Amino acid sequence: MSLNFLEFERPIAELEAKIKELRLVESDTEININDEIKRLESKVADLTSSIFSSLDSWQVVQLARHPLRPQSMDYINRIFTEFDELHGDRLYADDEAIIGGVARLEGEPVMVIGQQKGRSTKEKIKHNFGMAKPEGYRKAMRLMQMAEKFKLPLITFIDTPGAYPGIGAEERGQSEAIARNLFVMAGLKTPIICTVVGEGGSGGALAIGVGDAVMMLEYSIYSVISPEGCASILWKSAGKAADAAEALKLTAKSSLSLGLIDEVIPEPLGGAHRNIDAIAGSIKTKIQEQLVSLQQQNIPDLLARRYERLKNYS
Amino acid sequence: MSWLEKLLPTKIRTTGEKKQGVPEGLWKKCDSCQAVLFAAEVERNLYVCPKCGHHLVISARQRIAGFLDPETEAEQVELGSEFETVDKLKFRDSKRYKDRLVAAQKKTDESDAAIVMKGKLKGQPIVIFVMDFAFMGGSMGSVVGQRFTKAAEVALEEKIPFVCFSASGGARMQEGLLSLLQMAKTSAALQRLAERSIPYISVLTHPTTGGVTASFSMLGDVNIAEPNALIGFAGPRVIEQTVGETLPEGFQRSEFLLDHGSVDIIVERGEMRDTIARLLAKLMHYPVAA
Repeated sequence: MSLNFLEFERPIAELEAKIKELRLVESDTEININDEIKRLESKVADLTSSIFSSLDSWQVVQLARHPLRPQSMDYINRIFTEFDELHGDRLYADDEAIIGGVARLEGEPVMVIGQQKGRSTKEKIKHNFGMAKPEGYRKAMRLMQMAEKFKLPLITFIDTPGAYPGIGAEERGQSEAIARNLFVMAGLKTPIICTVVGEGGSGGALAIGVGDAVMMLEYSIYSVISPEGCASILWKSAGKAADAAEALKLTAKSSLSLGLIDEVIPEPLGGAHRNIDAIAGSIKTKIQEQLVSLQQQNIPDLLARRYERLKNYS
Repeated sequence: MSWLEKLLPTKIRTTGEKKQGVPEGLWKKCDSCQAVLFAAEVERNLYVCPKCGHHLVISARQRIAGFLDPETEAEQVELGSEFETVDKLKFRDSKRYKDRLVAAQKKTDESDAAIVMKGKLKGQPIVIFVMDFAFMGGSMGSVVGQRFTKAAEVALEEKIPFVCFSASGGARMQEGLLSLLQMAKTSAALQRLAERSIPYISVLTHPTTGGVTASFSMLGDVNIAEPNALIGFAGPRVIEQTVGETLPEGFQRSEFLLDHGSVDIIVERGEMRDTIARLLAKLMHYPVAA
């Protein structure tokens, strides 16, 4: 059985392993066990929907960080064509915790920026687990300004544990880099659509998250602090992360009911990692819908509305 | 009681409790050099230790009293006091957020962690936003965000400069995502101010970290730090845990930020009024002060 299963996914994984085994048996022998496989398959579906209909916040956190969860690059490849990645902040370095570039959405040119965590160990190191340093945010800012210059809508994908807390990052002005992005996005003269696809970790997430439409995938999270961080400060024990996750109301559903995001994009049964093409398709449809309505507004109206939305977060 | 103490007349006799009986508020101890200081002198010195120059953490009201023109105090207008804190998440850890709020309000006599005041600096109108670290670590929730935005909007409407004094541990966890979004809100308010060329000066005082540094505190046309203030994004403990090494001496202190180009100047509290008035006069094209 794959190690890439969460504890609460285990019963599903076990049944699926059984089905796989039966399939192998079937090809070996003459006995027809199709009925048994069908029965098990419908049992898997029932089990999955029953488990997933009552997830608690901590389980959602685990799903948002699932080792198999699709990442920004998976979506970019499926949603856009002709993605030309652009590198570097022109000041210091290329930080691959954030990737970005120009692409086409159904033929229309757009600017795409996303945080990338990486999946294999090698990739994770390359992308620094999706934790950007100032140069990452400054690369994003450069691309945002380029989007404005060439009248390209800006599409962002959020998936980060947070901004990187390191000595060099502080030396190079981590806080200024994040603050400047918030400032620039607030006044950027082009439509901005943001989607939280995995972890929306604090200021590091918000730094590419100020938009005219903000959406979250069903099992993504968006929070002011990680549940572990919150637990160690307020509960004095990182072991209370599950309690903190509940208290922080960091799920997509809660964020929507608090009026802090515009839309929740439903995930396939069992989570986005169980059908990447399907979820990418849903995201694409939602982005296109949002874009059509945003492009009907002139820029001054768009910016006035963007500011009013922020003001109403109270 | 020993036989010796018994011999002493009651007037001379002291008990343990009475030994600490220095009249409260008369003396103050510097938390840097440990010198025992005459409180009135410390106050006259704007809460800077006369012995070692250490800048003590002060309340928002003390800051305002020491910064705006005292002779026009009667004309000062407090703005944004209508915003009230709402516990939208019904947040509860070991204590309820509601209870923490009430305790903080009782302790500081303030309704939340920041005050906005319109007043005068060297005769010129100004709006100031001042944070109070004693109120839940100066954390930014929706009221702090709303007050900041209000201050920026008044500055914009009246075309008068805006000065911010920050002292904060960052966003207020108990308000969840809502508190995070205050970073975007306050930065957006500053973006509008910048478009109209209204000067914004950010003064970072000890300590300013987290979501406040990563939004309005670092966005000044001029960023000023008080000496030796802790200023940074991540807290030193978090960084130490992440990188697994001890941090260099003076890391994330004002002087470190000046060296690395994050702040424009370090200004002592006693020089703050003069420095800011001088800077603003130039940015606002006021004539040279008489």
